[in-house]
Amino acid sequence: MSATRPPHRPRHNPPHNPPHRPLYLAAEIGGQRSFDAAGYVELARLAERGALDFVTLQDSFARPGPDALAVLSRVAPATERIGLVPTVTTTHTEPFHVSAAVATLDWVSRGRAGWLVDVSTTPAEARLFGRRPAASVPALWQEAGEVAEVAARLWDSWEDDAEIRDTSTGRFIDRGKLHYVDFEGATFTVRGPSIVPRPPQGHPVTVVDATEGHSRETAARHADVVLVRAGRPDEAAAISEKLRSRAADHGRDPGTLRVLAALTIDLGDGERPVEPGLESAPRTTAGDTGPHYRGGPVDLADLITSWHGTGAVDGFHLTPAEPRRDLERLVNGTVALLQHRSLFRTFHPGGTLREHLSLARPANQYAPAGGTS
Amino acid sequence: MTTDTSRTARKRIHLAAHFPGVNSTTVWTDPRSKSQIDFSSFEALARTAERGKFDFFFLAEGLRLREHKGLIHDLDVVGRPESLTVLSALAAVTDRLGLAATVNATFNEPYELARRLATLDHLSAGRAAWNVVTSSDAFTGENFRRGGYLDRADRYTRAAEFVATARELWDSWTPPAPGAPYGTPRPFAHSGRQFEIEGEFTVPRSPQGHPVVIQAGDSEEGREFAASAADVIFTRHGTLEAGREFYADTKSRLAKYGRDPDDLKIMPGVTVVLGDSDAEAQERAAGIRRQQVSPQNAILALEQVWGRDLSAYDPDGPLPGIDPDPDSALVQGRVRIGDPLAVAAKWRALSEAKGLSIRQTVIETTARQSFIGTPEGVAESLDTFVRTGAADGFILVPHLTPGGLDDFVDRVVPLLQERGAFRTEYEGATLRSHLGLPAPEWKGSAA
Repeated sequence: MSATRPPHRPRHNPPHNPPHRPLYLAAEIGGQRSFDAAGYVELARLAERGALDFVTLQDSFARPGPDALAVLSRVAPATERIGLVPTVTTTHTEPFHVSAAVATLDWVSRGRAGWLVDVSTTPAEARLFGRRPAASVPALWQEAGEVAEVAARLWDSWEDDAEIRDTSTGRFIDRGKLHYVDFEGATFTVRGPSIVPRPPQGHPVTVVDATEGHSRETAARHADVVLVRAGRPDEAAAISEKLRSRAADHGRDPGTLRVLAALTIDLGDGERPVEPGLESAPRTTAGDTGPHYRGGPVDLADLITSWHGTGAVDGFHLTPAEPRRDLERLVNGTVALLQHRSLFRTFHPGGTLREHLSLARPANQYAPAGGTS
Repeated sequence: MTTDTSRTARKRIHLAAHFPGVNSTTVWTDPRSKSQIDFSSFEALARTAERGKFDFFFLAEGLRLREHKGLIHDLDVVGRPESLTVLSALAAVTDRLGLAATVNATFNEPYELARRLATLDHLSAGRAAWNVVTSSDAFTGENFRRGGYLDRADRYTRAAEFVATARELWDSWTPPAPGAPYGTPRPFAHSGRQFEIEGEFTVPRSPQGHPVVIQAGDSEEGREFAASAADVIFTRHGTLEAGREFYADTKSRLAKYGRDPDDLKIMPGVTVVLGDSDAEAQERAAGIRRQQVSPQNAILALEQVWGRDLSAYDPDGPLPGIDPDPDSALVQGRVRIGDPLAVAAKWRALSEAKGLSIRQTVIETTARQSFIGTPEGVAESLDTFVRTGAADGFILVPHLTPGGLDDFVDRVVPLLQERGAFRTEYEGATLRSHLGLPAPEWKGSAA
């Protein structure tokens, strides 16, 4: 494959197979306060041009904005490779519908779907539904974990080869390969099986923002990608270490967890020198949502390189302060430089989000060991 | 009810494409049958419908896999995607085609569903439609937080309040200030028997104001609900006589809600089989019926009426001598047979009169094919239905995925267009404009 690529790359260091740990990059494309498709399509294509792993689109019942999963479904046919990760909340939604919608996003994107699991904490959100009062944050994250578990079970409730189309017996499916999930959580039960056949990735990628302490257990148990917020690499490393260790406690291979540092980026100052100290420690401004980088795209590339080089994180999830401007500068400046340094891929060698993230397609929990699923 | 077409403007037919469903109408054994789940199948049928200038594309829904004798039903197509998510993606590959999702009002909440529908309407620039269905069974409820909580009698009460609440949410933003793309959210508060909610909606009023509302079902409550609240009714009445009766009855109910008869479009679900001659079309139709009713499916259809395990019977042999069990719970997740004893008696009489086997009897009684003939003959029949007050249009249900409407679009649509009975180009951008529906009042906007 490398023979067909442009020649300027060092032979020993092809970007799709760097000798060191791969770098993973994602970007948020919300914040435009737009309801038609054009702006979202444009930003997702821009991120795709930068060969980013995935884009996220925030969502909440608490502030204006469209349904994020629908928006990224609209984006799917207008893009080819980039992963699509909408925020999906688990507090006032039906786990069965959530599982089906995320699976369907995976079908329409041909294996590029993920979901960023979130909860609805406010009494105001509870009143939009009028079904139950706002629960405590720990209880909501406990429930989110149960929703993630039932979603995975429902995705597995069809084995990959359940559809047989056997004309001799008149059977369309082998119902022995469809499974009831019979999930009983603290607040809900689901019988199954899913109405949607197993999605292309087996399990779409589960992303959890572990900034809120109560979400960390859910992240360690269920997330493929975890977002962490830290002001310094050593802080990030400590959080990563804890997450991996908890994941191992749950019987998971900690090497399958991708930890990304979440960072808001303001590249509006162009190439002005970065503020002292920011190269290694993005400053958390008071009242902000987390670490905030302000400076030029080149210095951001250096920051990403140095954090990633210490092994503190596997990559970054970047939220542009000014959506269009900062994503453009990120892709054309920062990402281009990282690619030039052979620290980041120049194209997507794989077709699915799991392939981008070097995550295996999960085995089906209901399939007999050694089966084809 | 007759219409003098020489004096009035030509009544135009409305057409919709139903993606093949998870029942025996859909033939999967045919070598041309493609995936029921790959996006490419949805894209192909939607593009065909748009090429044919159809009003809308229609997706059904089922929230629990059907069961028979306590086991997942395995003879028909099984598995489908979640409707609103697929339609959002189809908005990217179509420009004018309406996009209709069937979504259950029992196992959803108004705030979230109204938001998803408004989002689809924005993303498609005014092409969203919602087919409101209700169910109350505990069987489906086992997949949801609340279980089967709703009395059967309350289904339409909930649906009506659900739709009314959704409309309040869709109207809740202010009109945009001059030069601004969107207005701003105003607080809403709804207090009713089914819903007690308040707050702000996250989505501005969408291009159609309100997505088009479809109601499927012919029951008394269904007709009344449609007359009060729906833009389109998806009916099963297939014959000209039954269609006219249904049409007249349903349209007569609109006045008491202050609505014009044209405000509700009556669209029966129909199948079409074409041939170069009538004889060829009939032969094809018989072939399709045989594909639809496999030997295994014939026994299953029989068991659905009888409510008994009849797997020992030969599909090519005579009907069982035993009577149906009217209290059977053999079948789950589909509409029950109203009076099994009467149906069984009818089937027996037919079987004896014509000397039909089990499979032949099932083919004869269950396979529904509405229009069989040459393209000219079918175009004439469809036009007659619409001109003489039996329908405003049709929801075409193809038996093949995704190519089942190719022939209709290539051979019948041009004839309808020649007759002046169907559009040759889309005139407007929104589904409401295709259907000739009035813009919904923006309640509270005058304040």
